[in-house]
Order: sequence, then C-alpha cells, then structure tokens
Amino acid sequence: MTIQYTEDHEWVRSESDAAVVTVGITVHAQDALGDVVFVDLPEVGKHFDQGEVAGVVESVKAAADVFMPVAGEITEVNEALRADPSLANSAPMDGGWFFKVKLSDAAQLAKLLDETAYTKFSAES
Amino acid sequence: MKTAPLETALAAASDDLQKTPLHALHLELGARMVPFAGYSMPVQYPAGLMAEHKHTREAAGLFDISHMGQLRLVGPDAAAAFETLMPVDVIGLAPGKQRYGLLLNDEGGILDDLMFFNEGGDSLFVIVNGACKHSDIAHIQARIGQRCQVQPMPGHALLALQGPQAASTLARLSPGVERFVFMTGGAVLIGGIAAFVTRSGYTGEDGFEISVAAADADALARLLLGQPEVKPVGLGARNSLRLEAGLCLYGNDIDESTTPVEAALGWAMQKVRRSGGAREGGFPGAEKILAQLTAASGSAGHIDHETLKRKRVGLVALERIPVRDGTLLESFEGVAIGQVTSGLLGPTVDRPIAMGYLALAYAEPGTRIQAVVRGKPVPMEVCTLPFLPARYWRG
Repeated sequence: MTIQYTEDHEWVRSESDAAVVTVGITVHAQDALGDVVFVDLPEVGKHFDQGEVAGVVESVKAAADVFMPVAGEITEVNEALRADPSLANSAPMDGGWFFKVKLSDAAQLAKLLDETAYTKFSAES
Repeated sequence: MKTAPLETALAAASDDLQKTPLHALHLELGARMVPFAGYSMPVQYPAGLMAEHKHTREAAGLFDISHMGQLRLVGPDAAAAFETLMPVDVIGLAPGKQRYGLLLNDEGGILDDLMFFNEGGDSLFVIVNGACKHSDIAHIQARIGQRCQVQPMPGHALLALQGPQAASTLARLSPGVERFVFMTGGAVLIGGIAAFVTRSGYTGEDGFEISVAAADADALARLLLGQPEVKPVGLGARNSLRLEAGLCLYGNDIDESTTPVEAALGWAMQKVRRSGGAREGGFPGAEKILAQLTAASGSAGHIDHETLKRKRVGLVALERIPVRDGTLLESFEGVAIGQVTSGLLGPTVDRPIAMGYLALAYAEPGTRIQAVVRGKPVPMEVCTLPFLPARYWRG
C-alpha cells in the first residue's frame, strides 16, 4: 500500500489491486477548510481525465473543488462520507475517503508526490 | 483541491495589514488569522467555526470587532445634520438609546449600514463597518462637517460579548449592566476598566458591544475570557451567526447598488421620514426611495413592479446542498430571476440557508424557485427572516 499526493491536496492510495486507487483530501486540506458540512461525490461509472473536477467539498466558510488526481473511471464512492461529511475532518486519511478510481494510465501514479515532497510542498504553500 | 476563498485569503496575508489591540492575544489563543477590511483578523480559533457558533448560541462568545470604525458627531446641530444623510429618525432618538442607520448616496444606494447612539450632551456615538470607515468618515465630513464636529476614534477597540449567558457574565464584572435593554447602553466599569457598552450585536442573541480604550482592550478581553461561560469566536462564526439571524453583511447583501427598500430594510425608515411624515424626505435619493416604499406597500392598488423590481429575501434549500454567494437563481422554467448574496449551511438551523435578491413576483414567502449550483438545479423556497427567532433582551 502506497500513499501519494497532489499539489491540489488530494491523497491517492494504491490498493493491493494495483489498477484501483482510493482518493481523499489531506489532513492539511481539511484543516484549511475547517468543519466540512457537505461533499458532492461523482457518479459511479463516470470517467474523468486527470485534473478534471470530480467532486466538491464544502465547509461552512468555503467551498473547494476536488480534482481527479489520475485519469480513470469511478468504481465506488464513500456513501458514509456523503451521510456524514465530518468524516473528512475526523478521519481524512481513512474513513473520510472520497472515491475509488480504476486507472486509465498507471504511469500517471509515478508523477504524483511522495509524502516527503508533499509535506514540503504544503508547508511552503 | 483548490480552496479558493480561504487559501486566497491566507495567501494574501501580508505585513501591511493593520493589527487590532488584541492581535497578540489572538495568536496566543491559536487563531487562524486572515486579512479582513485591511486588518489581520481571527477567522477561527482551534475549536473551529461550528463549535464557536454553537457556543455563542448556548453560552457566550467573545468577538474582536476592533476593525470597525468608531466616531463621534458633536454639536447642537449634529442630529439634524446626520439626519440629512440617512432615511432614519435621528433627531427623535432619546438619550441613552441606539438605532440602526443607513448612509445613502444620491441615487438612494447604501454607502454603509451603521449603529448610532445618543450620548446626550449633543453627541452621537457612531459605529460603522471596517471596510467602509475611511470613506464613511470622508463622506460625513464632506456633507455635514460644517454643521458638527466629526471625531474619529481610532484609539478605541470594540469587543462583542454575545449569547444567552452574556448578560449574567457581564453583570458579574459590572453589576447593574443588566439594566440596559436591547438598543440602550451607557458608560460602565467592567472589572474596574472604563468602557462604553450597548446591548446590541450581530448574532441574533442577547449581548453587548463594548467600546474600550485600545490600551485597556487586552486586559478587558482576558478578563472576559477568564469567565467560565466565555470562549473566543472568530469572524467565520460571526458570519454564520448573523446569517441565521437574517442580518445583512455590507458588501454582500447590501451595497451602493441596493436601496433600503430593495434590501427589505424598510423597518429602519421611521414614519417621520416617510411620505406624510413631519420630516418627510430630505435624505439622499429620497424621491426614488419614497416611490419604492409606495410601490412596495401596494397602496396604488397593486404592487408596482416597475418602480420596485427586486427585493432581498431569505431562502432555504430543499436539498442538503449549500448554496453560496453569487449563485444564480432561476424560475423552474429556467428564467434568471435573481442571485444569492450570502449562503451557507446554518450550523444551528442545520440546513442550507441563504439571502439573495429576487424579482418581486417571486419574493413572497413560500414561493419555490431553483438555484443553479455547479450547473445543477437545487430547489429552494423563499422564507421569512430571520431563520432563527432573535433573542434580544427587551426587558
């Protein structure tokens, strides 16, 4: 299991089935947003290109787009998060995941940030 | 993820921002600071917006609102002069009382909304919005500076203590302060610190606004925060609290392009300044505003949609989707009929609420319309304001 990151503050976790990854927002992102009160999740089965807006996360004070970190098809969304958006704050890296993606191009994973690079990036941004 | 409003605000933080007298205290409390009205201000403390909002509704929240402008208008002609700038009864306000006012431009558009207090002795104490204070003072000086002294008070901080336990808490430190009813006030000592309080606020709760010399502000804030009921509350919760209370945010819900009648602030225009009143008109944009009032009343036998085209309304979303500022409002036929000016998920009402402007034909409570959120229609219903009953202390 590997976790990688984007400069848009999403994390991407590669599961044992290497073709499917799980996506969520980072600890830094949920902290910047504050109390999350709403998430808009994509439709299962829909395909997105890398960088397309796939969802929305809103706190009381701000709304933010969730970008597709890698191209692919949505295979599952987190219904528990839809029902209780505060999971994005309380468990951003596990119970607060957003959706799962079947990769179109596994090579895109190699270009994401590792934890060290993301930590450095988010500290500077 | 792109956190447009927040991260932009954070990124814009720079050293040229002004600091309030409580700046060091905010940092000590772990506040997240953002630029607001030219100041570095606390948007939230570590407890977070939701907890701060709920604490204010249940106990007492302390707000630093020192970015707001404070000034005095002094002289025997001050009230009569100030009245020429607003569609409001200034002359008739008794000493010891406070009132809501609206500075207007010559087209009847709102330059700012404000609170004014009759201190007696020919002196009015005025509180205006932080982002408008320099232009307000310049406007007031230019228009009535010959008739009274315009005295800015940059050496004063402003705190607000809001919530159902605000009065009992403040009375512990300032016995007798509980005698003031809503929209009254006076000079008091709070734990020995000289202050000027009014029983008013911007949350829909009972509470006080407290003007204090900048040099005493930190000590006063620490004294108040030392009370078991009191927690610090940032601008984020201040915004969600005021929206639930149905109160306008200048720059969002009202501005130079909106008139008091369009903004549904007719209640702020006393009869004496309206058509047929003893001091009818005589304020900027009077002709337009008085015509709009007549149109709104339907006294011509019908609502006149030409003279008054739109109105500020409350809206609730019928799905649990927040509808934010700037969202387009449509009829179910897809005709554009207005726009949202403030919107969020109300922490206490626990549903998405908004204010906005709608074409008059759609502005009746109970009317259903739709908001266009990220390209998708979200059904909304026009409702009466406030979203939560106000809990002001009227004695």
